[in-house]
Amino acid sequence: MLEINNLHVKLEEEDKVILRGVDLKIKAGEVHAIMGPNGSGKSTLSYVLSGRDGYEVTDGSATLDGEELLEMEPEERAAAGLFLAFQYPVEIPGVGNMTFLRTAVNAQRKARGEEELSAGDFLKVVREKAKTLKIDAEMLKRPVNVGFSGGEKKRNEILQMAMLEPKMCVLDETDSGLDVDAMKLVAEGVNALRDAGRSFLVITHYQRLLDHIKPDVVHIMSAGRIIKTGGPELALEVENNGYADILAEVK
Amino acid sequence: MSVAQVKQDALAARIADLSFAEKGWLAAPRRAALDRLSAVGLPGKRDEYWRYTDPAALNAPAAAPAALFDPGDEPQVFDQIDRVKLVFVDGVFDAAASDDPRLSGVEIERLTEVATRDSHWASGLYGALEARGQNPVSRPQAILNTAFATDGVLIRVTGQAKKPVSLIYKQGSTTSDVILHHCIQLEAGAELTLLENGAAAARLNTVMEVEVDDGARFHHIRGQGRAHERQAVTHIFARLGKESSFKSFTLSANGRLTRNECVIEMTGENAVAHVAGAAVGDGDFHHDDTVFLTHGAPGCESRQVFKKVLKNGATGVFQGKILVKQVAQKTDGYQISQSLLLDDDSQFLAKPELEIYADDVKCSHGSTSGAIDETALFYLQSRGVPKSIAQSLLVLAFLAEAISEIEDAEIAEDIRTRLESWLERHER
Ligand SMILES: Nc1ncnc2c1ncn2[C@@H]1O[C@H](COP(=O)(O)OP(=O)(O)OP(=O)(O)O)[C@@H](O)[C@H]1O
Ligand SMILES: [Mg+2]
Repeated sequence: MLEINNLHVKLEEEDKVILRGVDLKIKAGEVHAIMGPNGSGKSTLSYVLSGRDGYEVTDGSATLDGEELLEMEPEERAAAGLFLAFQYPVEIPGVGNMTFLRTAVNAQRKARGEEELSAGDFLKVVREKAKTLKIDAEMLKRPVNVGFSGGEKKRNEILQMAMLEPKMCVLDETDSGLDVDAMKLVAEGVNALRDAGRSFLVITHYQRLLDHIKPDVVHIMSAGRIIKTGGPELALEVENNGYADILAEVK
Repeated sequence: MSVAQVKQDALAARIADLSFAEKGWLAAPRRAALDRLSAVGLPGKRDEYWRYTDPAALNAPAAAPAALFDPGDEPQVFDQIDRVKLVFVDGVFDAAASDDPRLSGVEIERLTEVATRDSHWASGLYGALEARGQNPVSRPQAILNTAFATDGVLIRVTGQAKKPVSLIYKQGSTTSDVILHHCIQLEAGAELTLLENGAAAARLNTVMEVEVDDGARFHHIRGQGRAHERQAVTHIFARLGKESSFKSFTLSANGRLTRNECVIEMTGENAVAHVAGAAVGDGDFHHDDTVFLTHGAPGCESRQVFKKVLKNGATGVFQGKILVKQVAQKTDGYQISQSLLLDDDSQFLAKPELEIYADDVKCSHGSTSGAIDETALFYLQSRGVPKSIAQSLLVLAFLAEAISEIEDAEIAEDIRTRLESWLERHER
């Protein structure tokens, strides 16, 4: 599904190197988690994958089902099936959440040569999915993320993911800012989407989320590299001992 | 040569070929206007009020030629709206192309047809509000209009107009130079929606004087012609009675030069005045909104909402003033002017002003100029929305506050659609 090889990234406007050779392979149907200290480059990896400006890839590659991602526009990556749930979802005053969702869904359908959803069909689907995430109708009418609480923003990300049905989902700290119930809700939303053809890359600081979304593989990222890879037990180790031991061991 | 002399010479050249009709009741206000004009001369580049907009093209003896604009089979603004159409071609009323002007509660006449009558209701209005609006800053292009207008409509509203009255200005010649003067009187409790659209002329000078009596409601929605090379200077002078309401919205797309002045005086308690504009300019485009709002009675509310989207070297100007007189306690004044600059070549120049002599007032004003929000753009793109559509969504979101000033939902939707298709045509 997703294959990242020796990815090196620096900031475009400064001589600051952030990713120093990331290697990552996620097979279809797998759930991988990335943990790592603040500033280790986790969000940067997610932004570079989704095509945000401001970063320069100096070496390496990233492919989605064999297609080179790094050459594509962000919207092309989305149409190819990549989705990023943002660590900090963006507020867009003046653009209604519904308009946003419908424009996005139909733009992707169009890009894939599928027929656009009618207003009626769209409404039906969105209402149903919003309901399971406990997003009420009033929130759907509001401008994108404007005035949403932290938790509401994160649930809105999952709603977008559910509507767009991507095959590669990157979740950047989707658990931060969520209360216990909301975390369960979000995890259920994610689990409902799990299937053999869909993969997840879950960035998190806490083992707690991984109790709900069971990962197949856990990676530890530090200073722009994946320094250790293991099973779910690695997350427990981090939870109990922090990163010090792992960092020391690698050195 | 002194500045005054330069102005006088410019004036002499400007009016040399204009015909001065001195007949009927119009003669007196016109002669008075000519005297006033001679006293002030034409505006100069060094005048405080014209610091951001060069009046040279408006002052020139002849209009600079402007190519006719062919929108193809693209629908025009207000096409979908049921309305009474009055068509002017190069400033001349075209009866054959117009609708039957009879509308219950509304009296519509052509300025040139009634000017020779002995007495007319408009004789007290023509030039009167314009003259009041010359203080504290003179607006010579409006005086020139009063003195030399060649046509216009006189509308008296005594009841609730069932349909909007729609003035459609067509441009027939590449060199047309047009001066139109309209007078509108809304009697107590009356209501009218007035629409204006069309390229009009290579150079257009319009004045609209609007008297809104107690409790009357006036809605004005204007779509300024899309012709790329046209130039226009327009003035609206309005006086608002007790509990009356005046709402004006202008959509401007293209046009080499546009100066829209709006001078509103609230003289009755609890009057409401809203002036709004959405302007989109690509390239050789200079758009100036100059507004002067006087709160002359207690409890009045005013709103100015101006938004401009500029690209490829377009220039936007906003000069807006709220004057709150001492009697005007409990004034509620709001003013915002914002521009969205889609590149580094475009510019927005704003001069918001407040002058307040009452102590119990609520007035706010703000002016900003910014680029498109890159983070929002990326967020939309990351969801699969192509960049051009994402940009249009953000531009429309930026303009939304101005469009929401239009009360009629159908007309507001029409304006939105026109903006959307403009954005589509001007994606790059
Ligand atoms: N646009 C930028 N400008 C300047 N510095 C940046 C930029 N983007 C990332 N960085 C820096 O790169 C490093 C990695 O940042 P990144 O956001 O990827 O970390 P992270 O692993 O997601 O951290 P956290 O766990 O706190 O979310 C940090 O030192 C950050 O300050
Ligand atoms: Mg991060």
